[in-house]
Amino acid sequence: MRAHSPLTSSHRPTRADCHAPLPTLGPVSAVLSSTGLHKTYGKATALAGVDLQVEAGELVGLLGPNGAGKSTLVKIACGLVRPSGGAVEVLGAPAGSLQARRGIGYLAELFRFPDWLSADELLELHQRLAESGGGAGERAELLEMVGLGDAGATKVGALSKGMQQRLGIAQALIGSPRLLMLDEPTSALDPVGRRTVRDLLSGLRERGVAVLLNSHLLSEVELVCDRVAIMLGGRIVQEGTPAALASARGVEVQTASGTRLFEDAGREDAPEIVADLVRGGESVYSVRVLASTLEDAYLEAVGEA
Amino acid sequence: MSGARIVAGYAVRECVRRRVFVVVLILTTVFLALYGWGAWAVFGSVTDFAGASDPVEAEVIAGSTIFGLAMFSILFLGAVLAVFLTLGAVRGDAERGLLQPLVVRPLGRTQMLLGRFMAAAGVCAAYVLVVYTLAMLITGAAGGWWPDRVLAPGLGLAGGVVVIAMVALLGSVYLSATANGIAVFMVFGAGLVAGLLGEIGQALSSDGLEDVASVAAWLLPFEALYQAGLAGLTADAGGFTDVAVQLGPFGGAESASPLLWPWAATYVLLLGMAARAGFARRDL
Repeated sequence: MRAHSPLTSSHRPTRADCHAPLPTLGPVSAVLSSTGLHKTYGKATALAGVDLQVEAGELVGLLGPNGAGKSTLVKIACGLVRPSGGAVEVLGAPAGSLQARRGIGYLAELFRFPDWLSADELLELHQRLAESGGGAGERAELLEMVGLGDAGATKVGALSKGMQQRLGIAQALIGSPRLLMLDEPTSALDPVGRRTVRDLLSGLRERGVAVLLNSHLLSEVELVCDRVAIMLGGRIVQEGTPAALASARGVEVQTASGTRLFEDAGREDAPEIVADLVRGGESVYSVRVLASTLEDAYLEAVGEA
Repeated sequence: MSGARIVAGYAVRECVRRRVFVVVLILTTVFLALYGWGAWAVFGSVTDFAGASDPVEAEVIAGSTIFGLAMFSILFLGAVLAVFLTLGAVRGDAERGLLQPLVVRPLGRTQMLLGRFMAAAGVCAAYVLVVYTLAMLITGAAGGWWPDRVLAPGLGLAGGVVVIAMVALLGSVYLSATANGIAVFMVFGAGLVAGLLGEIGQALSSDGLEDVASVAAWLLPFEALYQAGLAGLTADAGGFTDVAVQLGPFGGAESASPLLWPWAATYVLLLGMAARAGFARRDL
């Protein structure tokens, strides 16, 4: 039997069915559903009522300053941290339950792998723990996918930080998870590595895998995510597609009498604005459509603009 | 259970790869060589001064005394191994970021703990049994002396290190690795001191001191298992020899109560449940 690929299967096999045809997935309303999620550490509040849904095949980016609660949210979804209130369901099961953990892949922000294991041995260990029947084929494919095809026999301790991060992504993909949660997966990667991860995430999305991406790299999130949630003080303060958040901010026209700003106008309004000005006797020298970036939206949302 | 076996195998493989066993083998060889040298010297001296008309059996006193000391050393070495294999199993590994990628896998935290305990207990128990057997063979070869009970003392030592491994595993849930190591060695020391107090209490006929030692032995059953093991060395001795034999150094020989082994097993189980409850509540 051909080893199943993390990119060609959206079902995590168990020992019982690793030699059987993969079943068709039933409809799942939301792969991740968080409702009124609270978390406090003593007197400190990490999450103050977070509602978030991630659908199958959706790539959601979590943005926010340090201490906003992004990592706590991801850790609760993985079952590493217990919520103080509210509920999180993963694939229809309570977060942290055995059923939920069978369907997730996770890369922590601050992770470390045993330096005495080789890259291939590490993946093999995780295959056994995840009850994946993918075997050597799955391991080779994952290593190839993250650009570590030649590093299977290399000890983790001999890999650079960036290579370990790639290995961490491969580890998270063991057993074809239906929900992938990545906490700062590209922080140690060079531009080529980031591109590789972006392509990888796009490929996963096409195959119905949901991804929750926690990152400080706004450009990465803007390029790859379907939806963005900006967190501040344990709450989601802005949510929407990158395009919607980075909306048009007006049209700027240079005329003989000076620069004029049409604040509510967009790109499609520019010809009419110019025509009106010319009809009114103005000489128009230049027109610029002002569009905010995700960074502008982010800074505005977190109050630092 | 299969998850626990995977974790146990992983922990043992780590010991092999990190050359823990090589270091232990070298140090144990040195210990046994020194012990053999000392045993031959002791039995040589005993043969020189012992006469046929002595009311005590000199070889029994010499053999049981030095082998009792060897048992203490073996317990100490086993305890060191048990502590170092478990001291950072939960909090230490979590602080280093090693635990999180494993715990999110569908094996459960209980399986994780069980696997770590199986590895530490298995390795340490096997270690003390092997060293105990070698020390016994050296003693027999040096002076022709053999313990009255061959198996029970070794099992007592093995049980003792298994208890210490569980104490260290429980500590690893709540304490950082360094703090846990210090705490477990202090607990180990407390058991030894309690045994010493018991010996002093016996010598001074002080019921109070003997009660303290008895309570401590039940609270820290590794000490009671060690003392029961010592008692097995000269279980059949009688007359002046029985009076003259003073095994130690920390905790004299005490015959095992029928409840000792059931209590030790219950103790390990209770500590395991406490570790499980603590680990289940711990945010990682």
